[in-house]
Amino acid sequence: MLWYTGRRVLQMIPVFFGATFLIYFMVFSLPGDPIAALYGDRPPAPGVIEQIRAQYNLDKPLIQQYLIYIGNFFQGDLGTTYSGRPVSDVMAGAFPITFRLAMLALFFESVAGVVVGLIAGLRKGKWFDASALVVSLLLISVPTFVLGFLFRLIFGVQLGWFRTTVSSEAPWGELILPALVLASVSFAYIVRLTRASVADNLNADFVRTATAKGLSRRRVVTVHVLRNSLVPVVTFLGVDLGSLMVGAIITEGIFNINGVGGTVYKAIVLGESTTVVSFIAVMVVIFVLANLLVDLLYAALDPRIRYAK
Amino acid sequence: MPSKRGQAHFVAELEDTPVAPVDRLDESQKARSTWADAWDSMRRRPMFWISSVLIVLIAVIALFPGLFTSVSPSLGCDLGKSNGGPEAGHPFGFTRQGCDVYARTIFGTQASVTVGLLATALVTLIGVVIGSLAGYYGGWLDAIVSRVGDIFFAIPTILGAIVLMSVLPAATPTSVAFVLSIFAWPQIARIMRGAVLSATNSDYVMASTALGVSRFRILLRHVIPNSIAPVIVIATVSLGTFIVAESTLSFLGIGLPTSVMSWGNDISQAQTSLVTNPQVLLYPAAALSITVLAFLMLGDILRDALDPKARALR
Amino acid sequence: MSQTLTDTTPEGTESQEQPLLQIRGLEVGFQTQRGLIPAVRGVDITLYSGQTLAIVGESGSGKTTTAQAIIDLLPGAGKITGGQVLFEGRDLTKLSPKDIQAVRGNLIGYVPQDPMSNLNPVWNIGFQVEEAIKANGLAQGKAARARTIQVLQEAGLSDAADRLKQYPHQFSGGMRQRVLIGIGLSARPKLLIADEPTSALDVTVQRQILDHLGTLTRDYGTSVLFITHDLGLAAERAEQLVVMYKGKVVESGPSQEILANPQHPYTQRLVSAAPSLASRRIQSAKHASVGDTAIYSGDSLDDAMVSRAAERESAAPVKDLISIDNISKVYRIRKKGLRTDELRAVDGVSFGIQKGTTTALVGESGSGKSTVAKLVLQLESITSGAIEFDGQDVAGLKGKALLKFRRRVQPVFQDPYGSLDPQYSVGNTIAEPLLAHGVGTAKERQARVKELLDQVSLPWSSRYRYPSELSGGQRQRIAIARALALKPDVLVLDEAVSALDVLVQGQVLNLLTELQTELGLTYLFITHDLAVVRLVADNVCVMQKGRIVEAASTDDVFDNPQQAYTQELLAAIPGGNFQFGR
Repeated sequence: MLWYTGRRVLQMIPVFFGATFLIYFMVFSLPGDPIAALYGDRPPAPGVIEQIRAQYNLDKPLIQQYLIYIGNFFQGDLGTTYSGRPVSDVMAGAFPITFRLAMLALFFESVAGVVVGLIAGLRKGKWFDASALVVSLLLISVPTFVLGFLFRLIFGVQLGWFRTTVSSEAPWGELILPALVLASVSFAYIVRLTRASVADNLNADFVRTATAKGLSRRRVVTVHVLRNSLVPVVTFLGVDLGSLMVGAIITEGIFNINGVGGTVYKAIVLGESTTVVSFIAVMVVIFVLANLLVDLLYAALDPRIRYAK
Repeated sequence: MPSKRGQAHFVAELEDTPVAPVDRLDESQKARSTWADAWDSMRRRPMFWISSVLIVLIAVIALFPGLFTSVSPSLGCDLGKSNGGPEAGHPFGFTRQGCDVYARTIFGTQASVTVGLLATALVTLIGVVIGSLAGYYGGWLDAIVSRVGDIFFAIPTILGAIVLMSVLPAATPTSVAFVLSIFAWPQIARIMRGAVLSATNSDYVMASTALGVSRFRILLRHVIPNSIAPVIVIATVSLGTFIVAESTLSFLGIGLPTSVMSWGNDISQAQTSLVTNPQVLLYPAAALSITVLAFLMLGDILRDALDPKARALR
Repeated sequence: MSQTLTDTTPEGTESQEQPLLQIRGLEVGFQTQRGLIPAVRGVDITLYSGQTLAIVGESGSGKTTTAQAIIDLLPGAGKITGGQVLFEGRDLTKLSPKDIQAVRGNLIGYVPQDPMSNLNPVWNIGFQVEEAIKANGLAQGKAARARTIQVLQEAGLSDAADRLKQYPHQFSGGMRQRVLIGIGLSARPKLLIADEPTSALDVTVQRQILDHLGTLTRDYGTSVLFITHDLGLAAERAEQLVVMYKGKVVESGPSQEILANPQHPYTQRLVSAAPSLASRRIQSAKHASVGDTAIYSGDSLDDAMVSRAAERESAAPVKDLISIDNISKVYRIRKKGLRTDELRAVDGVSFGIQKGTTTALVGESGSGKSTVAKLVLQLESITSGAIEFDGQDVAGLKGKALLKFRRRVQPVFQDPYGSLDPQYSVGNTIAEPLLAHGVGTAKERQARVKELLDQVSLPWSSRYRYPSELSGGQRQRIAIARALALKPDVLVLDEAVSALDVLVQGQVLNLLTELQTELGLTYLFITHDLAVVRLVADNVCVMQKGRIVEAASTDDVFDNPQQAYTQELLAAIPGGNFQFGR
């Protein structure tokens, strides 16, 4: 296991540098003046332009710019927002909120997704399965922002069960509705994945052997069918984190949450590209690290991976 | 010593158990290729027809919006009708600017579908070519492609699109499609590579090699046709998700400019009147969802039809 | 009305003994898109306590379905549509799910076929054995752990205690099967259902495990219901035999009698075609001795094969067509860390193949025989040594020269389901080599395809069909037709008949033999089955761990095996010890 971890970390390193460099490259070396690109319709005052150039080291070659940037990154200097505040400060305040939101969403989507998927897979072809399939298709088809509006309208305004906007401290209770919105698409995918996995595993040879041993149906389903069906779900979660991040931007925007996503949302809407780029760079790094964790979790669940070459 | 308990020597009557000649080919059955087989199973499913009809309808609307409404979506706006409800000739009501929601929804189809189609075509082309070369020839080509793919894969598609769109000047459906495909190609490339790897290791490829067929010809005639099925499925689904992606970008204001009519733009502009006049948002949203739904359903049907395991059970 | 040929009414009080298992008129069907398809159509089987009964049949006979139906292990779409399964008088088909669960494991154990897919890959071995013990109420807690170790030791795993925490993929095939046998017998059930328990294993391992299984069941007094496709194996291990064909029982009774005197035409075919029995017959015919089991021969291939071999042996010796000189193939595998390890798949192998003969390469898995085939075909390059074909060095051939070589040496592979491109019609598959080598016009190619289909006894109409609609034997015949398209000198047959049912195998072997005479072909025949070798080969090379252990004519190897390994392989041919009743 240790050896496997080491290898994955080693594989992660070029990806980390490559991805951050790619972002840097996109922003700072496409044709045209990066300042114009970053500041678009609201160019800063002429005197400030020089300051910004110096700050971003724009007179140096690209590689050097990038290395300085990464160097700063490791020291905790993640750049500054449009208004000049250090990104790390804003992040420190916003991250805990987004973390809570994300945890809630993950909890909903995995627990509810697996349970619904399991029942659907066990009763393949019956009405529960058919409705689960229809509902999951609908949830994937309807974009997150539409769902956000709908939920907010129905559950917030019309039924009054939840507040329509979230206060600045964002306690757990207020985050339930946004978390449901955030989790919905992933929930749908997990239901489909689990259902397919369960249906496959029900016909697996080792499940037949387990039944032949004299185990109760309940045990066969939980210990053998479900346990083996969890593996692809975990793999999926790693990739899904990306869409969770995108979803967070939208959901926090709609519900006015002061998290990382909300900050990015405001910055996008206002055209504050420097903020957008800095924050997204951090989000990508988090994505890469989180994927590493998911890979390790996957190895914990499937022993064959640990011993593979 | 054999035990005396046991079965008597029993022989069944020949009439009850006629013995057929060994391994005789049943000539009465008709020939069925894998594609014919897949088609046969698809056409029996009602969901296939529903989604196909929807897709054709959407395509027609995108190509000939004028057939569906005589109202001009941008010229006919009358501020006096701002946020008005439905009336004769305007079944969906009016937007805040007084424009006909129905007409805008119809005309908005073109932009969204164009982005989806273009992005899918690009991603599939890049993914298939890169994936098959990497999987078939292996070696350093594969190593480089995989590393590069990993790097692009590490940036979630929409996040990357946000960054790129933020620094690019004005957007068109073509540029949005390009931007989306830059970050989405690794997924298809990986799937193609996996399918190509397993086809390359199959016995029929080994047999063709031993027969003297050239390496490139094997790639073209044997490997790719047998690897393309999962790519078809994922491309169909991707069309739907690209349409959603475009609308998400437009919703955030960094997709298509407001001058271009698209569902994403309409939904974004309708936010403010959500509580008072929800239909302004809901109609374009419904159009969007139905379009995506049609492609997802078709993708599901294709997957079931082309999945080798499912075929064995038919 | 059935014909009873043996009077088995015992004298005395035994006539009222209740059989342990009595299946009456069992009918099982599968739900598919096209309705309910019957798989078992009225089967009667009687098994007494302490006996072993084997159900023999080819694929599609319904033998596995019958066995699975006994304890309701049918896959989702299957259900029992009629008949009774009486176990100690109770009808198992009428039991509630809870009651059947109590029967499973406790009273009736099950040992499945493929040890890799039948163990859950994510749980360790100790866990999987322990849960069987706990579920059948044999022990709990610490006692269960101790019992697990005991069960595994009895099954033949000597270092059981150390291996509890290991996972299935870390065990060899034989060890995994021992675990499954241990699980099946853990509760000392009255009946053990063994579904082809050793078919997926090497021949020598098969023998060890079956012997061990026999010992255990004898000690525990367990009855065994054996499912197998190998008639020789069935006759050797079971006193009672049931032959199934297309869902019905065609013949049943004491094994010895059925072997000597099969009445039903299907059984007669099986007995005359089964390689293990045929090889036994040939040996008996050459060295007849009293007490040899009489085995029906019907219209078997034996005599034709033996006389052909005799003919060839008396002919003058000819120069080798293919000469293999001290070849080696070394693979580098990456291990943990940055070290690479060497795998010597082929290590200093030398032999010669004469024109017009069949040379067999025999070995178990890992022996390197398939690798040698690939080296001869130049699908892989040799690390050292030389291969000469018709006087020309083959290694390092490229371009046109390689193409010329390929025309003359063609392969037929093992897996009929994998060696034909599913997207290509039969006609196109056979025509492909002609196209690749630019032979003839389109019309001429068509004519050649017709000729080839004729040679392999397939109708002209089959050229439009696709592999997925054909059976294994038909596909293999197409593979042979394809290989013959360019009129090669040599066919390399890599386990070409191993995946086929017995009767189909016999048909294909027959075809190959005829073609050899007709077209003057030379065969390199790779197989793990020594019995088949007896039927088709003139010369044999026995391989083990990349080396040739013994090489001689088939007669010599069978009559007078020199090496211990060869003797082991010979002894492992099923049907070696016909001892009925233990």
